[in-house]
Amino acid sequence: MEIHHIIRVVGVTKSFTLGKLPVQVLRGVDLSVATGEYLSIMGPSGSGKSTLFNIVGGLDKPTSGRVFIDEVDISQLDAYELAWLRNRKIGYIFQTFNLIPVMTALENVTLPMIFAGMNSDHAVAKGRGLLDQVGLGERFQHKPSELSGGQQQRVAIARALANDPAIILADEPTGNLDSSTGEEIIALLQKMSRERAVTIISATHDFKMLSVSDRVVWILDGRIDKIEAREELNISLGTIQERHAAPHP
Amino acid sequence: MPMPGTAKRHKQLEISRQIVLPWKKSAEMAYNSLRIRFFRSLITTFSLVLAIAFLSYTLTNTAIAGELYSLYGNLALPLLTLDGYVFDKAEAVIKAGPKDIWLIVLSLLVCTVGIVNAQLMSVTERFREIGIMKCLGALDRIIVRLFLIEALILGIMGAGCGGMLGMLAAWVGSIVHFDTLDCSKIHLLPLFTQVLLAWGIGIGLSVLGVLYPAILAAKLQPVIVMKEEY
Repeated sequence: MEIHHIIRVVGVTKSFTLGKLPVQVLRGVDLSVATGEYLSIMGPSGSGKSTLFNIVGGLDKPTSGRVFIDEVDISQLDAYELAWLRNRKIGYIFQTFNLIPVMTALENVTLPMIFAGMNSDHAVAKGRGLLDQVGLGERFQHKPSELSGGQQQRVAIARALANDPAIILADEPTGNLDSSTGEEIIALLQKMSRERAVTIISATHDFKMLSVSDRVVWILDGRIDKIEAREELNISLGTIQERHAAPHP
Repeated sequence: MPMPGTAKRHKQLEISRQIVLPWKKSAEMAYNSLRIRFFRSLITTFSLVLAIAFLSYTLTNTAIAGELYSLYGNLALPLLTLDGYVFDKAEAVIKAGPKDIWLIVLSLLVCTVGIVNAQLMSVTERFREIGIMKCLGALDRIIVRLFLIEALILGIMGAGCGGMLGMLAAWVGSIVHFDTLDCSKIHLLPLFTQVLLAWGIGIGLSVLGVLYPAILAAKLQPVIVMKEEY
């Protein structure tokens, strides 16, 4: 059976100019992600992990190379098409939750549906359903400031799922959470990915996220250091902590 | 393969129809955003009220002087020239003296700087929110539209209050100042014309102050907007 690749990254490089110094953050990355896969991108800070992540998500443009989502080169898209992609195809989850502070949980969840042209009643019904699924059914009228970090991240997950996207991009989703809350969020993401066959890509350095990942991509100095499937991971998991603790050259 | 122009435009139309925010919903969101940020909005509005009150005060004062001359003729003339108004013999009208022109220019400057600055600040505080909306698929113009509606509401209310306040102050001031003349006979229409002018300027500046930062923020890549700490 042929595997359908929802994301293909081909020879992507990215450089910034820091003052007058050009800094190459990504030095040629090739990566394919299968539909329904749970992929984690691991790497120390400054490795280019976040940059790769943003480029895959259409939040940033590569300096050279191509990114295909559903075989569409997203670097060729104009502003309208990109907006549509962000609205329908991709759901974003951030380390800092990034809910709109003046809106209630429900309003936050329904916003992408309203942008997609769904009528209000339908959006509210679907939003309530999604909040139920992430375990916040009772708190839909609360503002983000009235919710705990874990609860805010649950709202963010519900919002990411609003338009039934094909891909969910989670940037350090457990980074601002304590470890037990983080585990709950990871479990929720895993459950959602299985139930809805959504492709999940998360940038992380939380080792708890590895055990639920189908594959782990290790980024080092702007290149893919190695890609490990889960089976290989279980064998080497004991040494990961050591490797992570060891200083990078 | 490059896409033919018409097909491209057609596709854009198709997509912009898919990404929508109806006017009613936009107005609702703008209103809610103002209501929830009530105190922050109040501060922005207050700078609008004060600036426009100043402008409206100087404008209506000149109008009152003109009205007093047309009511009392030469009886009012010494009082008015004492106050710095200039009598134009050729056209037989009272004109604003250099002091008043200076005041009007100054109040216009205060308006522009004050209002544009207040609106700029209030948008800059919300760059992150703009980034979030872009991540959720908002088109640039949806974001700009939301901010414009907010600026319009603030402008209409703030500049309206300011304009009336300024006129009231000028009128009461004149009654006290020109106590030998009966100010109650003054026609209010020319005064309201000045208030209307000040109101319009206030709304215009309020929208202008929001337009620039909102367009700037809406055009940025969302990741840049969201990374910055504002």
